[in-house]
This record gives sequence, C-alpha cells and structure tokens, in this order.
Amino acid sequence: MDFLLQLLVNGLVIGSVYALAALGFVLIYKASRVLNFAHGDFLALGTFVAFALATSLRLPVIPSIILTLVCFFVLGLVVERVVLRPLIGKEVIAVIMVSVGLSSVIKGIMYLVWGPGYFLFPEFLPDVPIIIGDVYLSPMHLLGLAISAALLGLFSLFFKRSTLGVAMRAVADDQQAALSLGVSVRKIFAVSWGIALVSAVAAGVVVGSITSLSTEGLSAIGILVFPAVIVGGLDSVPGAVVGGLLIGVLENLTAGFIDPLLGVSLRSVVPFIVLVLILMMKPYGLFGTVEIERV
Amino acid sequence: MTQPTTAGTPLPVAGSPPVTAGAAQTLLTVNNIEVVYQDVILVLKGVSLTVPKGQIVALLGTNGAGKSTTLKAISGLLSAEEGHVRQGSIIYRGRDIANADPASVVQAGIVQVLEGRRIFKHLTVEENLRVGTITRRDGAVREDMEMVYHYFPRLYERRRQLAGYCSGGEQQMLAIGRALMVRPQLLLLDEPSLGLAPMLVQEIFAIVQRINVEQGTTILLVEQNARVALSVAHSGYIMENGRIVQEGPVEQLKNNPDVKEFYLGLTESGTRKSYRDVKAYRRRKRYM
Repeated sequence: MDFLLQLLVNGLVIGSVYALAALGFVLIYKASRVLNFAHGDFLALGTFVAFALATSLRLPVIPSIILTLVCFFVLGLVVERVVLRPLIGKEVIAVIMVSVGLSSVIKGIMYLVWGPGYFLFPEFLPDVPIIIGDVYLSPMHLLGLAISAALLGLFSLFFKRSTLGVAMRAVADDQQAALSLGVSVRKIFAVSWGIALVSAVAAGVVVGSITSLSTEGLSAIGILVFPAVIVGGLDSVPGAVVGGLLIGVLENLTAGFIDPLLGVSLRSVVPFIVLVLILMMKPYGLFGTVEIERV
Repeated sequence: MTQPTTAGTPLPVAGSPPVTAGAAQTLLTVNNIEVVYQDVILVLKGVSLTVPKGQIVALLGTNGAGKSTTLKAISGLLSAEEGHVRQGSIIYRGRDIANADPASVVQAGIVQVLEGRRIFKHLTVEENLRVGTITRRDGAVREDMEMVYHYFPRLYERRRQLAGYCSGGEQQMLAIGRALMVRPQLLLLDEPSLGLAPMLVQEIFAIVQRINVEQGTTILLVEQNARVALSVAHSGYIMENGRIVQEGPVEQLKNNPDVKEFYLGLTESGTRKSYRDVKAYRRRKRYM
C-alpha cells in the first residue's frame, strides 16, 4: 500500500512536468495546427543551456534558469519569425516537416557540444528527504511539483483573464474573424511559440534536476508528450494536464509493479499502449474539442 | 460625433431631402478599384463608391456580384484569401488604405462584421466582446461593454455562456457588438439578415439604425434583402458582376423601375410580382 502510494506520488510529480511540457505543444497546435516535432529537442536544448550557464559560466543556479527561460521566450519569437512565418499559407504538413528538420538540427548541435553523456544539474536544494506519512519525497520533487502547478495555473489564468490570452483562444477558434477585429495573427503565433518554449524549458529543468541530463533522455520527453497530448485531446489545455498526469502515473506504476514481474522494462511502452486503447474508444481524446452544433 | 442626417452639413434647410453623397463630409472614398484573387481571377472591375460621414450606405446586389469582396478590400481581409487590390485607391480620412494590414485598418477605425456571424464558438459571450478590444489602448472598455449590453440586452443575459450555444439572432447581435467594442468610425456590415427570421431582421436593423444615430457610427451595409436595407439607408449602390450599375439616394433608388423589378419584386404600379416572373425577366435583361 505504501509502495503504491509512493509510486502514485512520484507519478504525479513527473506527470505534472509532462503536463507542463505538453502545454507548450498544445499551444502551438491550437494556434496554428502545427505538430511541433522539435518540442522535445527545444526542451533538451534549454535544459543544457541552463546547465552550461550554471556550470561553465558559474552563475548561480536560479538566475541561470531564469535567464534561460527569458532567452528561450525570445528564441521562440525568432523561430516563429525566421522559420515558420515564410511558411504561412503553405500546407500544414510542410511546416510539420520543417519541425522534424529542426529536431534533427538541434539534436545534432547538442551532440556536437555536449556529446551523448550524462550530466548532473548542480544541487541547489538541500538533499534532506521530506517524509509525509509513509511517503518519501525529496525537496526537488516538491519544488518540481510546485513549479509545474504554479506555471500551469499562471498560464490558465493568462488564457482566461488577459485580453491577449483570450485573443489567442479566439485565433484558435476562427482565424479570419480574429483578423477582422484587428488581432495580429502573426503576433499570436509568435507569442504561442515563445510561451511554448518557456514551458518546455521549465519542464526540462525540473526533470533534469530530479534525474539527470542527457540529450537522448531529455528529447525523449518530446515523444512522451505525444501520448499525454493525444490522450487529453490535441487542442485542450486541461486535457494536456490530465494526459500528462496520467502518463506520469502509468509510467511509475508500470515500473513498480509490472517490470519486476516480467524482468524487462515496459515503463516507456505502456503509455503508448494506453494511448492506442483510448484512441480506439475516444478518437478525439478525453477532452478534445467537440464541435458545437446547434439544433 | 456628427449627426447622421442633415444636422452636420453646412446649410441645413428644414424639410430638405436627405443629404446625398458629396454634400456631407466624406469618410471613405473607393476609387475605381480592381480586385484579383490569386493574381488571375478578376472579381471587381472598377468599383467606385463614397461613404459620407455619419450615414448608412447600402450596397446591394445578387450572389457573386462582388459586395463582400468590396468590403474585404476596404478592411484588408483580402490578403488572408490571396486577393489584392490591383488598381485604384481606397481613401479613408485622407490616407490610402488599399492593401493595408487588417490590424492597422482596425486601428484606424474601420471594422468589418463578417458574413455568417463567425463568432468565437468556444469563448463566452463576454470573452467574444473582449477580443474586440485588442487594438484599444484606452481604459474605457467597461463603459463600451455596458454600451453594447445597452443595445443588446440579450447578450447581457447570456454573457457567461459559450457563444456557440446562443441562437442565430443572438450570435448576429454578438458579431455586431464585438465589432462595436473596437469603437469604429466606420462599420462594414456584411449580410446581417442572413439566415434570420423576418422578426429578428427587423429587430437587428432597428438597433443598427439606433447605433448610427446615437453613436454617430458610419455604416456601409451589404445586403441581399434590398427592402430592409433601403428602409434604413440614406443612399445606396447596386452591384452586378463586379461593377456598380446604379447609385443614388434611397428615395431615388426605391423609385427606379429596374430596382423595383429586380430587387424589390414590384411592378410599375407597385403591386407585388410573382417570383417566377421576376426570374424570367431577370434572365432576359441584365446589366452588362
């Protein structure tokens, strides 16, 4: 029972990080119908940049993370401007292929600079376990959960309360109508790329601090974002949160209960099996947009 | 704010006929524009029209005449459909806005209400209105929202509901209200009567007329329902095949025998004509 509880808690922590990463992915999809295959690679790149700032430049950890987040917001705007804007009006599949290309380029750069090894993010919290009941938690786990929850809350507040956030949802709903009211669709695309990269890097830094940094391990989160997002529904922000949590919990339960029985690791396979099952029953995901039809 | 009728003109004479184009201050002039889609399809073949400040100008015509294209040429929304103004100019308050960026046109005070309502279905009514304030820099958004609710009390009742679940009439009201949140000088209305019951059409046009009078908003109105459009407009234009074929003050248009035949479905004596006769007549005689 304690073991189950421990796995659930670990799953929720890692799931909240997946949710955060998935949020950025959903945002880009909602605004421009583009599936960003480079999402995981941006996540990994951001984490490594924060790592490099903290270790090579010897900046304190927290300022280097904040600096990275700011830089990646700007990078999001630049990527949108340089890579994607020339493709506005072209087939969506062309843009998706560009994101596949971006993914390879970024991965290549990371292998060139950091190689395939494992790195440890500098410790910035005391490694004193916190024990609640029978559940063991490291401070980093708690902080990760808090950061993810805070950012997710902040983003949903932004979409609900700020005019720009409401306009972003309006663009997702009817682009031409938004244009007719003076919403600059380009600006919305740029901001969604900026926010998407911020959420990706924040997620990457949390995962990197809890486990370790490696090019392969971090960019694989980009793959895990797919089941999280598709389970929740490609265009739903709450869906991304539920999907992320679900995948995180499933991974941990599989690792804890099924892997020891079979003697092989299935933790990275089970999320995809669940994905297939859910899609068989609910093709638009659990929270995907249901077309509003008046009768 | 200018008054919509004779009050704003230099020499108002009591009981004088409605002011025609040219006499009042001009807000928008479209000079002989040609519009092409995808660089090959010529849709407007030299359209000119004038919208005097504070008036309602009706732009009538059948399907495919180019009415909506004319509005999109003014609002800049053509660019989103791979169209552009190839020739001519669109002068708004002394500035040529042909092929301008839609956001800058909205900032200049022109807003288009698209055909078919096009409300944001997954946003609430109030959020729909908020999108209209994106170009605003002043803080009077609350007051304007009250103003929209004042004209459309039904929207107030539904303000927390998803717009997609509102009735067709409410959605049309929302589309107009959302545009009013921009605080436009010039409102471009594209077929507000589309798909609405006659009672609702009357209701919406009465409100449009009130907005024109009370807010001083100039309106360029595209309609297929000529009868209701001519009942609120000061002057009108009739389009066919990408050209203007008739123009003048409303009284003159209403009495024009061709307009009576084609658009109002009346005979010379003023009695209603059978639809079948109108169609047969249309097939024989066309403006070319």
